[in-house]
Amino acid sequence: MDYALQQLLNALAFGAEYSLVALGLAVVFSIMGLVNFAHGEIIGVSAYSVFLAAALGLTSPIVAVLLAIAAAALAAIAFERVAFRPVRYAPTTTGLLTAFGVSIVVQNLFMLLISPKPQSVSILNGLNQMWFFGPFAVSSLQVMELVVSGLTILALVLFLNRSTLGLAIRAASRDFATVRLMGIRANRVIATAFAISGALAGIAAVFIIARRGSVSPDLGFSLVLKAFVACVIGGFGSLPGAAVGGMLLGFIEVGLLVALPQEYGGFKDALTYVIIVALLVYRPEGLLGQRVELGDKEI
Amino acid sequence: MLSVEAVSKTFGGVRALRSASLSCEAGEILGLIGPNGAGKSTLVNAISGVLKPDTGSVGLAGKEITGHGPEHCARAGVARTFQTIRLFRDLTVRQNVEVAHITCRAVRPDVAARIGVDRLLAQYQLDGFADVPAGTLSYGSQRRLEIARALALGPSLLLLDEPAAGLNEDESETLAVAIEGIRRDVGCATIVIDHDLRFINRLCDRLCVMDQGQVIASGQTEEVWRDPRVIEVYVGQSETS
Repeated sequence: MDYALQQLLNALAFGAEYSLVALGLAVVFSIMGLVNFAHGEIIGVSAYSVFLAAALGLTSPIVAVLLAIAAAALAAIAFERVAFRPVRYAPTTTGLLTAFGVSIVVQNLFMLLISPKPQSVSILNGLNQMWFFGPFAVSSLQVMELVVSGLTILALVLFLNRSTLGLAIRAASRDFATVRLMGIRANRVIATAFAISGALAGIAAVFIIARRGSVSPDLGFSLVLKAFVACVIGGFGSLPGAAVGGMLLGFIEVGLLVALPQEYGGFKDALTYVIIVALLVYRPEGLLGQRVELGDKEI
Repeated sequence: MLSVEAVSKTFGGVRALRSASLSCEAGEILGLIGPNGAGKSTLVNAISGVLKPDTGSVGLAGKEITGHGPEHCARAGVARTFQTIRLFRDLTVRQNVEVAHITCRAVRPDVAARIGVDRLLAQYQLDGFADVPAGTLSYGSQRRLEIARALALGPSLLLLDEPAAGLNEDESETLAVAIEGIRRDVGCATIVIDHDLRFINRLCDRLCVMDQGQVIASGQTEEVWRDPRVIEVYVGQSETS
């Protein structure tokens, strides 16, 4: 029972983290049609900001958390302004290549300016403790991941549904050209989307630093690949889809770890993708994506 | 109100607009007609900031808006509808109108207070569907919603691109009455593009006829229909078709 509960918590915590990062990708994609593979480097900027602040004498974990989120939001806005705005109306492949370019450049900057090796960051270690509830021991970090991710997603939903800017973002995600003809400022909507995306990455960075206790140049890259998969599972561009896809990915991964005999544990990733491919054969548009009406071309 | 001076636009080797000029005053309904490919929609795109003209100028209420981009033109007072309906289909009817009203509240707060989202919905018989997704409305209701959304901008210039397309005779008549209501209540300049000449003749104060990217005639409706170039374009067309 204890083991099952622990694995359930693992799945929920992993899923929550994937959902946060996937939502960041989906917010930008839904408006710009851009798969921002530099999203991982936004996590990286956030993590290295905490590392540098700690190296300069910062000791407050609360300030470190706020710094991580603010740095990520600002980095996302800066990436948009410097790299993505000039290619906003270019073909989608140009945006994709730009995102990879930004990702590689920023990773190399981390290596050149700081170090190619992982650097220890202990300021957030206090978030990762064991909490005991009678016979059960749970990781405080996993509980926080779950609760904070849930609250963050709730806040995002409220912002999108209750605020004027949220309405403009939702409309822009449906038809960006028409929204501009309604007088909604494109730059403002896109910058807000990137800021939201960055803030989500910053929250994810806090959890990553707290779990790993270190930062490295490729910190966010593999997580973004997972988030990309989560978006595909959920239906690319769908915000609820990203959240559901992330959670499902967490459950698939942890479920396979539990189910597979130890000697076959190395097949976890391969089997994860087999399950995802099977899912996409059944629902090519993803779980919550909308089927594109092809009319005669369906024949 | 609107002043379009010698606007030209080329796409590759195709000259879509050739020094096209027109004007439209506040409270006036101008019909913009011509055969397919005449350049009507390109001209509307140039006026609404979707396209940047190669040469020429577009001015609204004495202010230059040439090539300023769609959001700037909308904020300056240009509102439009589309040949193919472009609603935010899975947003509600009310939210569709609210998106445009955001801009109106920001740049023309006095107008925004006067028109109001609820009032527009009621005026266009959409109040009963306010909370349903726009994509579920009937075709005629979607056309009305597009106009209501355009009016939520509090425009000084309204561009209606084939508003009667796909409507039956009764629906066209209802639409014509609604557009006359806009002239009476809002007083904005209105340009209507349509192929339904009966609808255009019944509605418009003046006509502007385009062919091959040029304005070939403009003036009072009866006067324009007597113009030999207009007769050649329309009668010649019907003879060959």
